[in-house]
Amino acid sequence: MIRFISAIIRRDLLLVARQPAEMINPLVFFVLVVALFPLGVSPEASLLSQTAAGVIWVAAMLATLLSLELLFKLDHDDGSLEQLLLAPYPSWTLVLAKVFVHWLVSGLPLILISPLIAMMLFLPSEAVPTLMLSLLLGTPTLSLLGAIGAALVTGVRGGGMLLTLLILPLYVPVIIFGASSVAAAAQGMPVDGYMALLAAMFVFALMITPWAAGSALKL
Amino acid sequence: MSSLPPVNSPLLSISDLACERDSRVLYQSLNITIEAGDLWHVKGRNGAGKTTFLRQLAGLHPVDEGEISLLNNNARVIYIGHKLGLKEQLTADENLTWLAGLNGSSTQQQRYIALERVGLRGYEESVVAQLSAGQKRRVALARLHLCKADIWLLDEPFTSIDQQGIADEQAWLNKHTLAGGAVLMTSHQDITLAQVKVLDLSHWALQCSTNEHGDIV
Amino acid sequence: MAQFSWHMPRWFHQMGSPKWFYNFGGLLQPWFALAAVALLTCGMVWGLAFAPADYQQGNSFRIMYVHVPSAILSQSIFLSMAIAGAIGLIWKMKIAFMVARSCIAIGATFTLIALVTGAIWGKPTWGAYWVWDARLTSTLVLLFLYAGVMALNQAISERQIAGKATAILAIVGTINIPIIKYSVEWWNTLHQSSSFSLTEKPSMPAEMYLPLLLTVLGSYFLFGLVVLIRTRSQILQTQNGASWLLQHKDIYGAK
Repeated sequence: MIRFISAIIRRDLLLVARQPAEMINPLVFFVLVVALFPLGVSPEASLLSQTAAGVIWVAAMLATLLSLELLFKLDHDDGSLEQLLLAPYPSWTLVLAKVFVHWLVSGLPLILISPLIAMMLFLPSEAVPTLMLSLLLGTPTLSLLGAIGAALVTGVRGGGMLLTLLILPLYVPVIIFGASSVAAAAQGMPVDGYMALLAAMFVFALMITPWAAGSALKL
Repeated sequence: MSSLPPVNSPLLSISDLACERDSRVLYQSLNITIEAGDLWHVKGRNGAGKTTFLRQLAGLHPVDEGEISLLNNNARVIYIGHKLGLKEQLTADENLTWLAGLNGSSTQQQRYIALERVGLRGYEESVVAQLSAGQKRRVALARLHLCKADIWLLDEPFTSIDQQGIADEQAWLNKHTLAGGAVLMTSHQDITLAQVKVLDLSHWALQCSTNEHGDIV
Repeated sequence: MAQFSWHMPRWFHQMGSPKWFYNFGGLLQPWFALAAVALLTCGMVWGLAFAPADYQQGNSFRIMYVHVPSAILSQSIFLSMAIAGAIGLIWKMKIAFMVARSCIAIGATFTLIALVTGAIWGKPTWGAYWVWDARLTSTLVLLFLYAGVMALNQAISERQIAGKATAILAIVGTINIPIIKYSVEWWNTLHQSSSFSLTEKPSMPAEMYLPLLLTVLGSYFLFGLVVLIRTRSQILQTQNGASWLLQHKDIYGAK
């Protein structure tokens, strides 16, 4: 089973290496969305620093969702999903391997660039570690829950909008606790509780996603 | 690789299999036993359910009615569908690496030999996107030589392959079935081998007639 | 799906037969209709015309007799949809998928009614149609969940696949509803000083809650009625041409 998972991970990483745009696009999208806010609202530092946490989380969420659309779709379209499902291993291993690569390629870069974004939005510097930690705990949950939607819309034409519709409501708790933790840190309040909740949601997503996405792929 | 079973020992039994698509019955009460050494040519008009039948056998399409059971638990199945399962951005060799990696592992030498058998010597490190349609299908078919399986499920394996290639393929089919393997395949071309058996899905289609109101009964 | 080794009673499998469901549903249908009309009429007339006015809110509280049943039903229907979907997935029962499918539109309608009546009720109570109140917000998220289920169901053309996909989404949604509710309530207490909650009345006189009970019950029967009608019509569509149907008394020209 380890060999099966590593075969998928190696293949997907190789594919990303051949097409690095796949990795860069969500990142550019993330920065772009964040940059639009000061343009649309106001460049005033006090206003931006107040909304920074929410803006960064919403942007991260949208970037994750957009890159999730192709999680299984490309494999479905060229038939390699069939071959992956035919391997003598349960489909949840396939889901976990693909989600892991997705997070590595689209979630991790967001976390790494978030201090820069935080600076652009005048987020108090003492909140930056919390921002990174909350993204570290939250983005895997986003990738996992999103994988359910991606698996459900795999065979559907124009599934991108549909995926957004299916998954965004499920993201509500993540954005609430993620953004609140950063806001709390900015006010100098303790954040342990938020982190525990974000971690709990990650564990929860880890429990339902393999089943749900795995059975959706087999439809 | 599991050693191939003696000819005529049953490999796969299909009982009362039915397929329904959007409340239209494509075939039903399909009973058949696939034996070692069998070469089945699955026939039927367009939309008769040939692809669905192969997908049901492979385990890719849900079986709501009837049963498909592998009689030999060690028997390995390989399915090459209409969609080839190749990543366009990867080379032929890289594609075979991950495909073989799903069931076990392969050495570069084994992969090169498999590619040579399908006439792709010198294309091992070519990116699949640059190959022609026929060459892509050959890359997919190279798996037959790389991952030794007992039952081959091939959906239109002759599509976009040239005449010489089709003759070569028939030679592999012949060798595989004589060695105790089984093949189920669809094709719009005739298979010239002597051992070929025809499985016409229209035999199991629901007999349609209309009543006095013009409704389908 | 997981294989279950125990055996369900015979009636359970009977329920999965389109013919049985069509006939039995046909028997139930008029009684459900009668119960829904009677309970809703009694409850509404009693609640809207005869129940005493609220000492705080005056007559505006009477919208509760529409709002509360809709809010309760919007959640119950999502749960029913997930349960029907799970039955369909586990026991491969096509009727269950049809029932789940029938739940979507009626559930979304109740959710929408709950939201609109909540907003209308909010105007005299809070002075604004929309307040980011915990209940209203989680009802809004529930409406989004329904929208997703509805969109997915319509996007997949093949009915069996659509049924299974919808079932998975409904189950995932149902598992998430408590988490969403909790997080929204928590978020609400964080951002607002406690607002006046619409339905949490410490003590409601019997003349006020009895009509409410009637309308809630009536709404359940209405929901059951709609599900029966919609599921039976789906049976008619998919069983097109089945011999039992052609001989059925409901079918024009049947022998």
